[in-house]
Amino acid sequence: MFRTVLVANRGEIARRIIRGCRARGVAAVAVYSEADRDAPHVADADRAVAIGPAPARESYLDIERIIAAARESGADAVHPGYGFLSENWRFAEACAQAGLTFIGPSPDAIRAMGDKTEARRRMAAAGVPIVPGSPEPVADAAAAQRFAANIGYPVILKAAAGGGGIGMAKVAREAELGGAWATATRRAQAAFGRAEVYVERYVERGRHVEVQVFGDAKGTVVHMHERECSIQRRHQKLVEESPAPNLLPAIKRGLTEAAVAGARAIGYVNAGTLEFLVDAQGFYFLEMNTRLQVEHPVTEQVTGIDLVVAQLDVAGGAPLPWSQEAIVQRGAAIEVRVYAEDPAKNFLPSPGTITRLALPRGEGLRVESGVVEGSVVSVHYDPLLFKLIATGDDRPQALARLVQALDACAVEGVKTTLPLLRTIAAHPEFRGGAVHTQMVEQGAFNG
Amino acid sequence: MADEIKAHITGVVFQVTTKPGDRVAAGDPVIVLESMKMEIPVEAPRAGSVKEIRVREGQTVQEGETVAVLE
Repeated sequence: MFRTVLVANRGEIARRIIRGCRARGVAAVAVYSEADRDAPHVADADRAVAIGPAPARESYLDIERIIAAARESGADAVHPGYGFLSENWRFAEACAQAGLTFIGPSPDAIRAMGDKTEARRRMAAAGVPIVPGSPEPVADAAAAQRFAANIGYPVILKAAAGGGGIGMAKVAREAELGGAWATATRRAQAAFGRAEVYVERYVERGRHVEVQVFGDAKGTVVHMHERECSIQRRHQKLVEESPAPNLLPAIKRGLTEAAVAGARAIGYVNAGTLEFLVDAQGFYFLEMNTRLQVEHPVTEQVTGIDLVVAQLDVAGGAPLPWSQEAIVQRGAAIEVRVYAEDPAKNFLPSPGTITRLALPRGEGLRVESGVVEGSVVSVHYDPLLFKLIATGDDRPQALARLVQALDACAVEGVKTTLPLLRTIAAHPEFRGGAVHTQMVEQGAFNG
Repeated sequence: MADEIKAHITGVVFQVTTKPGDRVAAGDPVIVLESMKMEIPVEAPRAGSVKEIRVREGQTVQEGETVAVLE
């Protein structure tokens, strides 16, 4: 096991990882930009290293500065969290070259799954069903049009180097393809430095269900069951839960078997997630996230497994401590993400200073917050403020605890997604477990 | 008549998409802001020509701050 882990992140996930380090008796080093000097994750850590100005490119995304911070602080491992450099294979490689253990999969696995068309090819070869679409990025709008005509509208254009919903454009009919093509390629270029875009069939009223997997260096791969993550805005999740309500046992079995087969086929080590779209016809692989997910707590709540501790153990060379049969879902857990955004203004970001913050407490309730009262919510970073995770013996109990927790929450100084989350938690379709990925955009929770 | 175009949100200027003298239609982006990983265009409230751009790429602007002038 390592002695010191550098946590290359900020906000709630940095705090969560620091807690995991504590649980294993490992020292945690935080890094921070000029904007985060007074951030809670800095205070939580055993030591903290300044890494540069507020813009992420000059701090949290700067590989050299982070490696230098690790060296300076005597860290022997690096945990990337999610976002930032977590899915950057060059960063994983740079860590290895600097003699640091990267707490995550191999650079090869990150690279293969980071290229979304390569990921589709590799998964299809492993027998995992994929959404019908172009096997390679398409050359131009005309080629996209030919593919779209072939698989049928609506289609969705996705960045080959993409992820996190960035650079996606839905195309309802042929007349919209030219404009959507221009937007998607421009965004892909800006966000990932590669303009390549591929075409997929757009699955209407599909559900987003994902499977947590975990592999070790001996080649053992297990799954930790599924998470339902259909409630999204701008292709970004707002609500996640485990188990997925109303999921047919045959589909669930298919998903978990496909996820394990897919992860095994690429020799996957450490924590990862395979995302799937589920519709009436079956399920399709969307992409693999080669890192810890934002929504990992719901899996922890129902399995009793500490995923961060498991990440540390496996990265330290330990084999997986559980057999597949020993990993059981018990009860139900639901997570909601409180973002500094204005749901009334189409989720426009709402930066500012948090003048009042009341976080709920209670039985079966877990709060993961990156902010405290007085925190400045900067324009430079992701708008996630905190997550509430309600757990119960069953879904109704988890829901009741979630409603109570949301009612007890108060944030002043910035606008948040709290009002929308309260509406969702009270909504009959959500309560009945009948969800799909377009509910927020289609206004199911308006008014 | 000159109209000031104000930022409707606090953010960093990601792209200046017009220059003085450019003709714009109502709803055309004049500059693009970046805030919390989102690109948010600041649009011309009416048709006209850009008289002045008051910001540069990389600069932080506050909500309500004038970013450009339309004539």
